[in-house]
Amino acid sequence: MKGYRKYFGAKLIWFGVTLVAAFMLNFILPRLMPGDPVAVITQRVTQGMTSQTGVQKVYEEYANLFGTTKPMHEQFILYMGNMLKGDLGTSFSQYPRPVSDIIRSSVWWTVSLQFPAIIVGWLLGNLLGALAAYLKKGWDKVLMPVSIFVSNLPAFGSAIILLVIFGVQLSLLPTSGGYGFDLIPNFSFRFIWSVFVHYQLPFWSIVLISIGGQAIGMRSMAIYELNADYVKYARFLGIKDRKIIGYVFRNAMLPQITGLALSIGTMVGGALVAETIFSYPGLGSTIFSAVMGQDYPLISATTLIITLMVLFATFAIEILYGFIDPRIKAAQTEQ
Amino acid sequence: MKHILHEAFRSPKFVTGFVIFMAILALVVFYPLFVTDHPLAIIGQGTFFPPGIYVSVYDTTNAPQYTMMLPEAEGNRIGAKLGDVEREAMREWLIDFGIPRAEIDIDDTAKLMTLWDAYYDPALRFQGMTSARQKYFARLDASLEGLLVMEPRVIAVPNTETGAFEASQSIELTDFVNVNEVANVRVLPLGTDNFGRDMLTQLVSAIGTSLQIGLVAGTVATLIGLTLGLMAGYIGGLVDDVIMFFTNLFTAIPGIVLLILISYSIGQENRGAVTVAVVIGVTSWVWTTRAVRAQVISLRNRDHVNLSKLSGHSIFHIIFADILPYILSYVVMAFILQISSGILAEAGLSILGLGPKTTDVPTLGLMMRWAMIYSAHILNKWWAFFPVIVAIALISFSLNLMNTGLDQVFNPALRE
Repeated sequence: MKGYRKYFGAKLIWFGVTLVAAFMLNFILPRLMPGDPVAVITQRVTQGMTSQTGVQKVYEEYANLFGTTKPMHEQFILYMGNMLKGDLGTSFSQYPRPVSDIIRSSVWWTVSLQFPAIIVGWLLGNLLGALAAYLKKGWDKVLMPVSIFVSNLPAFGSAIILLVIFGVQLSLLPTSGGYGFDLIPNFSFRFIWSVFVHYQLPFWSIVLISIGGQAIGMRSMAIYELNADYVKYARFLGIKDRKIIGYVFRNAMLPQITGLALSIGTMVGGALVAETIFSYPGLGSTIFSAVMGQDYPLISATTLIITLMVLFATFAIEILYGFIDPRIKAAQTEQ
Repeated sequence: MKHILHEAFRSPKFVTGFVIFMAILALVVFYPLFVTDHPLAIIGQGTFFPPGIYVSVYDTTNAPQYTMMLPEAEGNRIGAKLGDVEREAMREWLIDFGIPRAEIDIDDTAKLMTLWDAYYDPALRFQGMTSARQKYFARLDASLEGLLVMEPRVIAVPNTETGAFEASQSIELTDFVNVNEVANVRVLPLGTDNFGRDMLTQLVSAIGTSLQIGLVAGTVATLIGLTLGLMAGYIGGLVDDVIMFFTNLFTAIPGIVLLILISYSIGQENRGAVTVAVVIGVTSWVWTTRAVRAQVISLRNRDHVNLSKLSGHSIFHIIFADILPYILSYVVMAFILQISSGILAEAGLSILGLGPKTTDVPTLGLMMRWAMIYSAHILNKWWAFFPVIVAIALISFSLNLMNTGLDQVFNPALRE
């Protein structure tokens, strides 16, 4: 365990750096707007408002929230202080509900939908890709074009197609929401069943999308590894096929894990849009309604939470990778 | 270069992708020559007209009439109003009313109608019947009015002096018009959208705009990625460290977050299609940078580059003459992928409500957004969203096929 310290230390430092950068971007981007950002937002929010004192009040509210009257570095300290207290401001479209409250009620829907779906899609995709590489003829001819086509469907496309087939045409599954509209969240069997049923379509549409891309990547990697010298050498030595395949897939898996860490941000982005198709009560729908309601504090907070989620997932995958990759283990024992 | 093209066109994947892409391009270029309507012109008063041929009712009465004795005409006429669903519903009502099931033959139209006319009462509401269902039966009953009465219809014109209607024309059950002789016929192969705009015209125009967005986004991303990758790879040292720091940073932070924040900051009024494309390009250069840097690092100590350095060539000469030609294939492949991911990014942004402003041009994403907002998917109006999804999938499928084909040309290990 001691030997891993350097690897994990480096990853942890990088995690910290990206975290700080994420906060800074969230702070800076809206302030890069030309002109007075507070005036722009006020004007947008108060469209159609006639009361001059009301407009003035909104302006002051925003000026206070951003602290735009103070110099930049003080603004940043104020912003970070609020963040640490968990104070993300007050929502405008759902006034006077605090933003942190809205985020808290939607973030778990997204986490428990997207991460299992991405992992299941990744596993299935790798399995299919490896199969395609190993079986080559026949299977390969069918699987590959299908995977390529499916992976080219946008996430919302597969969401809509599944929704129309299973939700509308066959009426097997509900088409929108996270649970029945006639239910109040509680621990009854009926509620849990309703959540389970509503979970199916969003879940499988995300799985379907991640399968295709992973299968293509895994196939290329596995073909590359199957032609590597160590495989030929192992065959010469008379090592059993099954054992060789074990090595091959382990080696082909490693870049796929790195690939997952690199692409999880893109996948989450696609899945967020897919969420809005099902009006799933997660962060995707929150952004959708926040944009509709010109709710700047809510948009800012939601994007921040998404970034944190993705950074954390990437960090977790990299830690896991450290344990799996034999080269890192070897590098540690040498010391 | 010629050799690469030659090789590429021998790859079946590349050729398939190329053909699909060219077909889409041809549609975008040639369709407006035949249909000159503005793609956003509202032609239908109402939402989601189904695909089909729309014939002006007024003009059919003025078109020359032909008499045809078709044996199936009567059956079709009844069938259009009284389908299987309606017959089942009528049986359900009659059984609820108390008629024994054996007495009801839903295949015998005349008998069924007699029973229905004899017993149906719109005021009756049986146990468990919703008021929506009750209204459905009332509507059904109204639509069956005069179904079996095979009388000619009379067209009447009001007399300008007395205001009384005077018969001007009698339409027989056997009268037909030729669609080619009706003055106003409009073919809507994909129906209309929620605003009553011709879907096909709009779709073709949207494909064009989306391709332009992809092209601009891809060009911006590739130029930034290429410049940064060349600098990082060739200069190395501190420049490399700084560039890689930012590259890793923007790989870790999800692109959609940047897109959302920047697009929102720009504001709805200032978001034209080109602006959105540039924003997408500015947030998606990391992959190109990584690929170019890796290639340049493996190239920079090759003999021909060293020779060029020794001959005192300028850094620009070395980059343009000794490095770029070797990495061009990777750049082209990355560019192709950037186009397709740019189109997808625009679609995603538009669905969230952060796409180009809606009054200017149609894009695939905006069409998707309106279809979703008007619940076309729940209402089963497939023509409002399915063609859009197919268009997006086909564009990105063809681009990816070309990319895979090129990949196989450049990496012989991947060939079948």
